[in-house]
Amino acid sequence: MTAGGRAGGRTALALARRGLCHALLLASSCLVGLPFVWMLSLSAKPPEEIFDAGFALFPDRWYLLENYGKALTEHPLLLFLANGVIVCGAILVLQILVCAPAAYALAKLRFHGRDLMFAFVLIGLLIPQQVLAIPLFALAHRLGILDTYAALVFPFIVSPFGIFLFRQFFKTVPDDLIHAARLDGLSEMAIVWRLMVPLAWPAVVAFSIFSVVSHWNDLFWPLIVIRSEELMPPPLGVVAFNDEEAGSDYGPLMAAATVIVSPLIVAFLFAQRWFVDGLSMGAMK
Amino acid sequence: MSAGVVLDRVSKRFGTESVLADVSLEIRDGEFLTLLGPSGCGKSTLLRIIAGLEAQDAGSVFIAGRRADRLRAKERDIAMVFQTYALYPHLTVAENMALPLKMRRMCLAQRLPGIGRLWPGRKAVARSIRDDVAATARALEIAHLMHRKPGQLSGGQRQRVAVGRAVVREPSVFLMDEPLSNLDAKLRVVMRAEIKQLHQRLGATILYVTHDQSEAMTLSDRVAVMHRGTLAQVGTPQAIYADPENLRVAEFVGSPMINTLSAIVASPSGVVLDGVALPLRTGLPAGGAVTLGLRPEAVSLAPAPGAGLLNGTVRLLEHMGAELLVHVALDGGETLTAKLDVARAGLVAVGRAVAIRPHLDQVLVFAADGRRLRCADHGGAVPASRGARA
Ligand SMILES: Nc1ncnc2c1ncn2[C@@H]1O[C@H](COP(=O)(O)OP(=O)(O)O)[C@@H](O)[C@H]1O
Ligand SMILES: [Mg+2]
Repeated sequence: MTAGGRAGGRTALALARRGLCHALLLASSCLVGLPFVWMLSLSAKPPEEIFDAGFALFPDRWYLLENYGKALTEHPLLLFLANGVIVCGAILVLQILVCAPAAYALAKLRFHGRDLMFAFVLIGLLIPQQVLAIPLFALAHRLGILDTYAALVFPFIVSPFGIFLFRQFFKTVPDDLIHAARLDGLSEMAIVWRLMVPLAWPAVVAFSIFSVVSHWNDLFWPLIVIRSEELMPPPLGVVAFNDEEAGSDYGPLMAAATVIVSPLIVAFLFAQRWFVDGLSMGAMK
Repeated sequence: MSAGVVLDRVSKRFGTESVLADVSLEIRDGEFLTLLGPSGCGKSTLLRIIAGLEAQDAGSVFIAGRRADRLRAKERDIAMVFQTYALYPHLTVAENMALPLKMRRMCLAQRLPGIGRLWPGRKAVARSIRDDVAATARALEIAHLMHRKPGQLSGGQRQRVAVGRAVVREPSVFLMDEPLSNLDAKLRVVMRAEIKQLHQRLGATILYVTHDQSEAMTLSDRVAVMHRGTLAQVGTPQAIYADPENLRVAEFVGSPMINTLSAIVASPSGVVLDGVALPLRTGLPAGGAVTLGLRPEAVSLAPAPGAGLLNGTVRLLEHMGAELLVHVALDGGETLTAKLDVARAGLVAVGRAVAIRPHLDQVLVFAADGRRLRCADHGGAVPASRGARA
């Protein structure tokens, strides 16, 4: 009897805890998701409804075509998107070209100063990009690359996060596999590209998403180094146009914002499976 | 195509721990030599040094008469089969086996994905690789697995693929690091025979590592017994078994394990074991301690207690099919295992007192430090013991 009662009490308690957990998760995801939903909602509303006092998710009068049409025609939105693809693509390719060999050396090669090097990588993880903005700007000025694609790309080529993530993954690859590859005649670079990177595929995908999302959405650095309209990545482009002429025309602005985040969402949905794998570690099962 | 390997005073330490100390060994051209030793004694480390995957701290490695210390792994013409097989998990069996050939026969441009195909001459090389892989796969009976990934293979199949990847590029020396230890007992015996046949077919030099003494005894031309980073003894399986250099080798080789009994030297030509005088010459002064090594088959059952016999009580019987293992607690407190013909099962039962006759010509005598004492002659070994064995 008592045992049964106690067991019942325990399951009730567990249920309550689980319920609380879910309530918290739900609340926090609402908090995160709300601005996004609000953006979608505004992008479908006519100007007079946007400043209504009430909170309505759906507009009384659908204004989709007008807002999106205006966003796509009045701003060179496609140009901004193309700039975003070029810059993010270049950053990602260069990051992987640098991170994978560096991470391999830190994970699997024995050399003097390795632990110190890794400590520097960890320190690099802790430094926010903004702290380095002024020296990087000065460097870009010296190199004469201000207001070019190169200025948008060069500060991000060495990614401490990428090195760290790849290194943790590469560490799980058994040494025997690397030994076998060396005996089979693979050079160290061939080991990186033919063995380590394919085995760490989930980490590569996860890192790619992180990298693309953060640089696609970056406003801070482009704002500093880019002036020419034809080089502007999407967020800078939209903001710049908003400043100059749109004034309080938020409908088209929100429509433009929706257009520039949508490629990210599509990409994430495609890569979701690897993304989770990549962050939960381990190349070898 | 095969070649010998010579190790000259090779040493290795990890941090402060000495893992290999002055190991010198010659593996002859075409020989099957087994490194036998308990885990952690440095066998894998020695293989990695020979393969060029790890640098020794001192000493030299010669391969095919050439000093190999400065050669990198891929330049040593050595293939290795790993305990974990180390197959590339993202490649199919065919790709796993083709990779070593690709790295050797194709130039960098030809290996590039996509555009490599357009490079002149690639087609012919690719065909030769495909043919060689197919021929090896047929010989190892894995031709039907070519398009699977390692994750979709059983343990035995993976083992064959690992051997195939090593064989396909026809190296002069094979190193095998406990290749059978991840297989179940039955498969291990099958694969053991196949490895033996492979050696005969290829005529290659094979250095085989195991901690399983039965593998070492059945496969090898010679066995090198390792202990804590040194070679305890190198010799034919028969010599290692019947004529061990020290107690450790005697204990490591043979199953069930050799019986070790402490005895006191009574005179230079006799010892006393549990109050029983045995005419064994040690050459040591009276009062010294020695250890007698008695293989389970080096004793027999005597019909009744008597002079030169050890008395005890049967504690346990193990039927092994054709043989019977009798565990006896001797009256002096030590235990002894005897291997008897199963026909004698009627003479023993648990709890019954028995008299054990040691075959004095097969007794191995070891000094207190484990060294073998070879001066033992059998002081006119008891004629009755010969009669009992016949
Ligand atoms: N890379 C290494 N770093 C430190 N110690 C090692 C390393 N490799 C092996 N050892 C140590 O060397 C000893 C011998 O290892 P190993 O050669 O693998 O033995 P075995 O193959 O005979 O089991 C072990 O004590 C092991 O801990
Ligand atoms: Mg080992």
